[in-house]
Amino acid sequence: MNREETRAFIARRAARELHNGDVVNLGIGVPSLVSAYLPDDVRVTLHAEDGIVDEGPWPDPSNTEPGYIIDASGRPTSALPGGSYIDSSLSFALMRGGHIDCTVLGALQVDAEGNIANWIIPGKLVPGMGGAMDLVIGAKRVIVAMEHTVKGAPKIMKRCTLPLTAVGCVNLIITNMCVLEVTPEGLLMTEINPEYTVAEVQAATEAELIVSPNLKSMAS
Amino acid sequence: MPKFITPEEAVARIPHGATLMVGGFMGCGNAHTLVTALANSGKGEFTLICNDGAVLNGPDGSECYGVAKLIRNRQVKRLIASHVGLNPEVGQQMNEGSLQVDLIPQGSFAEMIRAGGAGLGGVLTPTGVGTPVEDSPLVYSAVELEGKRYLMMRPLRAEFALVSGYYIDRKGNIWYRGTTRNFNHVMALAADTVIAEADYIVECGQIAPENVVTPGILVDYVVQKRRRTL
Repeated sequence: MNREETRAFIARRAARELHNGDVVNLGIGVPSLVSAYLPDDVRVTLHAEDGIVDEGPWPDPSNTEPGYIIDASGRPTSALPGGSYIDSSLSFALMRGGHIDCTVLGALQVDAEGNIANWIIPGKLVPGMGGAMDLVIGAKRVIVAMEHTVKGAPKIMKRCTLPLTAVGCVNLIITNMCVLEVTPEGLLMTEINPEYTVAEVQAATEAELIVSPNLKSMAS
Repeated sequence: MPKFITPEEAVARIPHGATLMVGGFMGCGNAHTLVTALANSGKGEFTLICNDGAVLNGPDGSECYGVAKLIRNRQVKRLIASHVGLNPEVGQQMNEGSLQVDLIPQGSFAEMIRAGGAGLGGVLTPTGVGTPVEDSPLVYSAVELEGKRYLMMRPLRAEFALVSGYYIDRKGNIWYRGTTRNFNHVMALAADTVIAEADYIVECGQIAPENVVTPGILVDYVVQKRRRTL
């Protein structure tokens, strides 16, 4: 798979985790592709942290003046009919208060205890945490969707080495190689991309993986 | 009743070194006319409380969008924000040591402002526990209550808040368009002096009471937004 196919593969698998009626916040990068792969019978309500409930998939054609309606990554967008625009305090109350069913987001590192690091590389990248810390603390289900490694180096660690975004909040990890559930015993591999062997996935992962006795193919 | 003045008259009230809140998210909902007037004022050494440093190359064609003008002009000595990655000049000035940046999670940031405006002594939040936020000077302490760990965040207030509304009526009541509401609404609570900028100044009653988002009693001054303020 080339890079684009890899990203689409991850997004397509992540889309299967969303249920009809879910209120969902999608992060930037691979997660932002997820809504394009939802089955026809699954309709979710997208939340954008800058203040939209039920974000539309494209800019409202009547939105001809730039600068009034943007999504959380700054692109022009819209609320769907029946959606709403809200202020930042309410937008984050929706997150922390458990009103978001699921978030799919990327990460720099995730670890066997469900810790996530996705906001800073000390000395290199200091963009700030934005809304990520509130989101992963508050969403009922936290799914990390990302490429399994970065430049060949593992991103799924025994313990994150980068500063954390939050402690013990990740439920599921979906990569181009496998699907991992975060359990009290460690990371349980429930699905594998048939292009790889279990040994290859383990070799690309710093954390020790527990292989489910019911290991399935990600392609199915 | 608020006073209706020009952007330059409004900015003349803001002293060098003031603490300012400016609403907006990536420049969307910045009070662009007031910020431009402030950028042209020559004053500086500001402490700026704003979600982010806005962006370069704004959708209005400006080279520096919104508060990015104040950063470019080096008028800000301290920035309290949640995200600064989209204006690389913030990072540059931070690395040079000429700009102090305090990063706070965005939801905590909103609530700290709300607390500052609502007479609350702080905010207890689980957000940031176990992360570098615990070391922020804007955290009083970490506390454990009924077995759960929280950070106790300080309230935030400012001397001036610059907010942006689409319709503002003669009593200062504000209605926001689209996602421009963001931090403008809470910031109008949390400053000694609130200066609001309107796309359209309207008569009382043109915004139905049910549709007023920010009540006019919070607003001290209103200015008319200028179109395409580059």
